[in-house]
Amino acid sequence: MAAVASCGSGAGSTGSAVATASKSNVTSFQKRGPRASGTNDSGPRLVSIAGTRPSVRNGQLLVSTGLPALDQLLGGGLAIGTVLLIEEDKYNIYSPLLFKCFLAEGIVNGHTLLVASAKEDPANILQELPAPLLDDNSKKEFDEDVYNHKTPESNIKMKIAWRYQLLPKMEQIGPVSSRFGHYYDASKRIPQELIEASNWHGFFLPEKISSTLKVEPCSLTPGYIKLLQFIQNIISEEGFDGSNPQKKQRNVLRIGIQNLGSPLWGDDICCAENVSNSHSLTKFLYVLRGLLRTSLSACIITMPTHLIQNKAIIARVTNLSDIVIGLESFIGSERETNPLYKDYHGLIHIRQIPRLNNLICDESDVKDLAFKLKRKLFTIECITKLRSYGLRSQKYFLSRHSQRKCSVKKNPYFKEPHTLKKIY
Amino acid sequence: MFVELNNLLNTNPDRAEQGKLTLLCDAKTDGSFLVHHFLSFYLKANCKVCFVALFQSFSHYNIVGQKLGVNLTVARERGQLVFLEGLKSAVDVFFQTQEEPHPLQFLREANAGNLKPLFEFVREALKPVDGGEARWTYPVLLVDDLSVLLSLGVGAVAVLDFIHYCRATVCWELKGNMVILVHDSGDVEDEENDILLNGVSHQSHLILRAEGLATGFCRDVHGQLRILWRRPSQPTAQRDQSLTYQYKIQDKSVSFFAKGMSPAVL
Repeated sequence: MAAVASCGSGAGSTGSAVATASKSNVTSFQKRGPRASGTNDSGPRLVSIAGTRPSVRNGQLLVSTGLPALDQLLGGGLAIGTVLLIEEDKYNIYSPLLFKCFLAEGIVNGHTLLVASAKEDPANILQELPAPLLDDNSKKEFDEDVYNHKTPESNIKMKIAWRYQLLPKMEQIGPVSSRFGHYYDASKRIPQELIEASNWHGFFLPEKISSTLKVEPCSLTPGYIKLLQFIQNIISEEGFDGSNPQKKQRNVLRIGIQNLGSPLWGDDICCAENVSNSHSLTKFLYVLRGLLRTSLSACIITMPTHLIQNKAIIARVTNLSDIVIGLESFIGSERETNPLYKDYHGLIHIRQIPRLNNLICDESDVKDLAFKLKRKLFTIECITKLRSYGLRSQKYFLSRHSQRKCSVKKNPYFKEPHTLKKIY
Repeated sequence: MFVELNNLLNTNPDRAEQGKLTLLCDAKTDGSFLVHHFLSFYLKANCKVCFVALFQSFSHYNIVGQKLGVNLTVARERGQLVFLEGLKSAVDVFFQTQEEPHPLQFLREANAGNLKPLFEFVREALKPVDGGEARWTYPVLLVDDLSVLLSLGVGAVAVLDFIHYCRATVCWELKGNMVILVHDSGDVEDEENDILLNGVSHQSHLILRAEGLATGFCRDVHGQLRILWRRPSQPTAQRDQSLTYQYKIQDKSVSFFAKGMSPAVL
């Protein structure tokens, strides 16, 4: 697997410890540390949520984006309370895959999902999620769980560990794995049992917009207003903002909004240069970020920014989002025939990484990143470009895995993006 | 606060000038480290600070402030800091109708409103308390950042009016200081932002402009800071003084050096 990162750094940590306040202050932007509890037990009151881990840099709680390579490029993962904006590629082929990996990661970890779309029914989106690639141990566990679920009558007599027979059988399949970051097989669909066992909410715009609108006019388009109200309802009803302190198990809400800003949402920023209401989308993003900062949720948004003609709006949208990733696919462009890019399907640009609770951020040094979608896996790699200024200024382009095939001697200097000094 | 930046600006918390408007501007990079600097600077100078924080949440500023040596929670409880958290207030305003006018009332309005409620909030926060010893030296208004107001539907002229009212009250009447952050959109043609930036830069006494390097990303030099001292009230018979430094941001401080003299190069 030629992925840039292995998730070795996160493997093995089953749920991270984070100190949560017992008061109503639930923002996850808190310094991690043990809190002295007032009760008799001397240990700190720690709550761990499956599928999250604290950031190495600032203790910020992170969730995986569904692609371990992307997690590493973003400094460990997506911080809870932040927005990940994906600028769609031109024909919208690869951005739905990132969107679905994010949602699939939520299902595998047992998080609650909220899927909003104006184009497809969320139930259909969930049917098309990629299947997780499980390693042998957890796969065996999963098969046994499925077996137990399907045949509850069969009482397999346990010969050695007979005490366990007295324990009640599991009633539902819990999260398959609480590891941080999984790989997904893009050619297979997620098992139906996992979808049914998960807790998800769908927002399909044509259904919701038909009901009468009981809100006073403000400059947001009705679709956005409805979506914000829906999100706010879910957050407050299910206690993601800490309003139900009796709930034993805290969970994370993963919100996915597809094709935001497209004409299907009722917004015309993608259609015209002089937009009638140019602040609708930016206001929506601001209020959304306010909702996220005060709850245990993370959001992914895909947006067709290549259709927005007013560049000022793109700049404002970028400023209002936390992480911005741009996908540029080679289909139909002149780069498709360029020998440098023949192994790849497109470029991935990490345009912005937030500085949360910190003066600096984990910006990766590598800026030339390309992705490819093999039959099964979506991988991100770094294109290493070498240029030698010889007499004829020849250029040597090498990708990491084909260095061995070249006649150039293997040399530690070739591992990094490097310009060779001029040879006089 | 960053001691090196204090040296460059030739100030320290004990003897800062009053009645000044400082403009922080960033182009192609993140200039928020300057906001953290001024926040901790004025809290250490024992000023009454009104912070209109539209961009990030309170705990973000608090955690960074602790690295720089100030505790925002304690300052807020003591009454030294009045904090308007934009993100949280926007959610309150948007989903619930408010009885009295909220500072961010313009979020509910269909047309681009004016920022009068926000100005009333600032004036109320910074007005001197009658009958009591003066605990704080002078009031300071800090805004992070003004370009967010444009994204929320307020027109550039309305924002300039707001700045003008604040300047008249804070700088002239109360002899305090103002620090404002505005993003520079650069080659992206954002007309409203350009109007706002030009308007505020002509009124400001000190402009700190954080720019990304023209050659792109560098691990050792994060950007370039241009410092410009101006005298807006007098017509410029003399040239304004300007300095340029490059900087690198570290975990708790920022180091400044002359152009090309980064420690990584030397």
